[in-house]
Amino acid sequence: MSIDWKTYDPAPFYDELIASRGSPRPVARRLTDYLRSLDDNELQIRKQAADHAILEMGISFTVYSEGENIDRAWPFDIVPRVIPKNEWVGVEAGLVQRLTALNLFIDDVYNEQKIFRDGVMPAYVLEHSRNFREQCRGIHPPHGVWAHICGSDLVRDGDGTLYVLEDNLRVPSGVSYMLENREVTKRVFPEVFENSSILPVDEYPTQLFDMLASISPRPQDYPEIVVLTPGIFNSAYFEHSFLAQRMGAELVEGADLVVGDDDCVYMRTIQGLERVDVIYRRVDDAFIDPEEFNPESLLGVRGLMRAWRKGNVGLANAPGSGVADDKVIYAFVPAMIKYYLDQDPIIPNVPTWLCVNDEHRGYVLGHLEQLVVKPANESGGYGMLVGPHASKKQRAEFAQLIRNDPRNYIAQPTLSLSVAPTLCDEGLEPRHLDLRPFVLQGVRTDVTAGGLTRVAMRRGSLVVNSSQGGGSKDTWIVDEEA
Amino acid sequence: MLSRVAERVYWLARYVERAENTARMIISFHLVSLDMPKTVQLSWKGLVAVTGNEHVFDAHYQREDERNCVKFLVADHYNPSSVLSSLKAARENVRTTRDLVPSEAWEVVNELYLFARDNIDNGIGKRARYQFLTEIVQRCQTLTGLLAGCMSHDAAYDFIRLGRNLERADMTSRQIDVGAIRYLKKTADPTPYDGLLWTGILRSQSGFQMYRQHVKRRINGVDVVRFLLQDVPFPRAVAHSLRYVQEALERLPRNELPLRLVMQARRHALGADVDQLIAEDRLHGFIDTLQQDIGEIHTAVVDTWFRIEKAA
Repeated sequence: MSIDWKTYDPAPFYDELIASRGSPRPVARRLTDYLRSLDDNELQIRKQAADHAILEMGISFTVYSEGENIDRAWPFDIVPRVIPKNEWVGVEAGLVQRLTALNLFIDDVYNEQKIFRDGVMPAYVLEHSRNFREQCRGIHPPHGVWAHICGSDLVRDGDGTLYVLEDNLRVPSGVSYMLENREVTKRVFPEVFENSSILPVDEYPTQLFDMLASISPRPQDYPEIVVLTPGIFNSAYFEHSFLAQRMGAELVEGADLVVGDDDCVYMRTIQGLERVDVIYRRVDDAFIDPEEFNPESLLGVRGLMRAWRKGNVGLANAPGSGVADDKVIYAFVPAMIKYYLDQDPIIPNVPTWLCVNDEHRGYVLGHLEQLVVKPANESGGYGMLVGPHASKKQRAEFAQLIRNDPRNYIAQPTLSLSVAPTLCDEGLEPRHLDLRPFVLQGVRTDVTAGGLTRVAMRRGSLVVNSSQGGGSKDTWIVDEEA
Repeated sequence: MLSRVAERVYWLARYVERAENTARMIISFHLVSLDMPKTVQLSWKGLVAVTGNEHVFDAHYQREDERNCVKFLVADHYNPSSVLSSLKAARENVRTTRDLVPSEAWEVVNELYLFARDNIDNGIGKRARYQFLTEIVQRCQTLTGLLAGCMSHDAAYDFIRLGRNLERADMTSRQIDVGAIRYLKKTADPTPYDGLLWTGILRSQSGFQMYRQHVKRRINGVDVVRFLLQDVPFPRAVAHSLRYVQEALERLPRNELPLRLVMQARRHALGADVDQLIAEDRLHGFIDTLQQDIGEIHTAVVDTWFRIEKAA
């Protein structure tokens, strides 16, 4: 039996492919028609082909369990998510606008701090910021860019509006899976690619290389670019080695690098010491230089900050960029866009209440059962309260946490995330998803065509993290006019 | 190529070769022991002596019997060169260089370690020992063949060849030494079983048949030593291994010091007059010097490529 789109019912959620029972969105029509042409058996064969390709290509991610780390096959759903190009053009412009403002903000924070003097943002935000690095004051990185690689999470609400849920400006992961998802989908559904105009994604490693080369202190030469990984035990090690391979860069660990008496960075090779121009570091600020940050760190390089401050090496992302990961600062991004660019934000923020603000806090404490409360500086969904799903006791505990440290909490309405048809054991079913596009900023700014779509594989679940059973899909930006 | 990566593939090769050689040595001694009449006491401790880890053994065992010695050589984790320790170390080394080494190689090494770990008791007891150790040897050979056939013969591969052949030269020379110490002193009055022991040593190097074809003389200590030390065509002979060490070194950058040392060691091995060394009871001293030569080559490799500390 083949897929009957009349029995697939996404209600009450916004569906990425199906407008309402039996009627696919125009941009998805070629795909849904094609899927309907496959019978159940054929669909399962495609799914097995995808699983097989993932094993064969060695696409894995690492999960930790009981002290051991295990490489797992990357969880993948074969049904792509489709976004029309005319919508994406707006999203792209919105992301460029946002990243431009965020980089102006970070540069301002470490230099003049005009935005605080002009009263656009209250100074207390910075005083209690956990990722503000005093060591970065007075530094002017090339092109004024601090966050060269950003992964902003987008979600679509019930009425179809796309919002930015958060910005990841420290060491965002996932782009390698975006590329691999496309490879797998091309193997599984080559026929659909023939008939549709799907924007390619595989320019990314080239763009990443060019961006990194653009911050080399020796622009006239062939730059020596390396990817700095914490090592094989890191959950994103697959991505680190993937990107190094695709760029033809060395994958190095802290111990491979040394800062010389001339304050330049060298790597230890069998040829001797070779000068390194740019480091794409996938190690957190706190560990990159034991001389200036965590003195216990074995992951970093002694003297790296010294070399960077003197302009002898490019670091992406620049240390200190994480200051803008703070969810309190996130709340001010629309104001930043207005202040630095004198523009209205193209992509809206999710409405956010700041618990540090007396009035907001009053509202939050009175409406905990409707809100999602998040700590300002955690990532990966840790330490959150999902009000509607929490017990009375949990809400009371959270209220106390908020009163004790209001600066550390923000609250947002519980969004009803959009869904898309996903191949489950029971056939195609709606599952919630989000989207992480990646933005590269150097001399120029590039946005990926689409990004990494993460999908909650369990019915009703909003959790899209791979380590918690989430999966992913290929993301198609389709040019309907082509 | 990064120094760290070079170091890891070099040690990967050494550990695999070490596991294979240790397994071979036990197999041959095991077979010899089955041939020997009950009245002849074999010293299993002699095998421990070959590996140079007697002090570690003494710290953990009182009785130097077959079971303890074999357990120590095959399974003990506090013996850094036991078969299991070597394979575990090999696995860790390939795990961290997976972007460089063919993925099949990772699978072979991973499965090899898991096989050894899960069946280690078979290696200790007498009944399944031969089968278990033979399988270890075969799987090690599979890896060697796989790397030769599937990996680009670039600098990384040169470090693998370097490690494998240096380890092999080291192990073969150790075996000559032990054979020599125990049995050559009695050359004036050979016991009827010396032939068996030398055959055992040859067998451990898969050299029995090759020796037969090339030397064509009755098995005797002097000829066996000469064969294992100086026979250039035989792949497990010291002279052959050192030649391949030299070939690998020649392809690497900044190779002056290690290259000079390996040429010196080769001259040393090839120039020896084995008859005279044995007649004058100087073989042990000679092997000692050869071992030092091999140690110096290793140190020079480490200093040249793996320990690059100072700014240029």
